[in-house]
Amino acid sequence: MVTPEDIKSWIEQGIPDCRVEIKGDGQHFYAVIVSPEFAGQNRVQQHQLVYQVLGDRMKAEIHALSMQTMTPEEYAARDGAA
Amino acid sequence: MDAQDKIKAQLEENDVMLYMKGSATFPQCGFSGKAIEILKACGAKFDTVDVLSNPDIREGIKQYSNWPTIPQLYIKGEFVGGSDIMMEMYQNGELQEKIQAL
Repeated sequence: MVTPEDIKSWIEQGIPDCRVEIKGDGQHFYAVIVSPEFAGQNRVQQHQLVYQVLGDRMKAEIHALSMQTMTPEEYAARDGAA
Repeated sequence: MDAQDKIKAQLEENDVMLYMKGSATFPQCGFSGKAIEILKACGAKFDTVDVLSNPDIREGIKQYSNWPTIPQLYIKGEFVGGSDIMMEMYQNGELQEKIQAL
C-alpha cells in the first residue's frame, strides 16, 4: 500500500526545491506542495507538473490525491493571513 | 466519430460541462460529488458526461486536457480544472464570476 511518505518523496524528487506536507490513509491523500518552480504558472499548469512527476502512479497506485500548489511566497502570505 | 471529436462537439454545445463519474443526481465518486455541489452553489446551469458509461471519453478526456483525473470542468470549451481547483476558485469567488459572466 502507498503511504503518504512514498508520495511525498516521489513529488520531492521530481520537483526542484519542493516541500510537501501530506496526509492520507492509503486510499485518499491530501497534499500541500510548495515550490519556486510554480512561479508564473497557473493552477492547471502547477497541478499538471505534479501529475507529470507522478506519471503512471496516478493511474495505478494512487487512488485519490487532493492537492494545493503554491510558491514559497504564496505559502508565506497564507500563513501570515491565517 | 472518435473520442476527441466527440469531446470537441460536446464542448461546443455546452458552456459549462463537467466530465464526471456517475450523474449529477447520483455521483459515483466523492470528488465528482463535490464538483456537482460547487456548481450548484454557483447557480450554474451545466451539463455532465458520465465517463463510467463512456469508456472512450474516460480515456479521451484525459488526453484532451493532459489531466489524469476525473472530474474535469470546462467553461466555454476551456479546461478550468479538477475538483481541487474548482474548490479554490469557489472559495475566492473566481468561479462564480466566470459562471455569471456567461
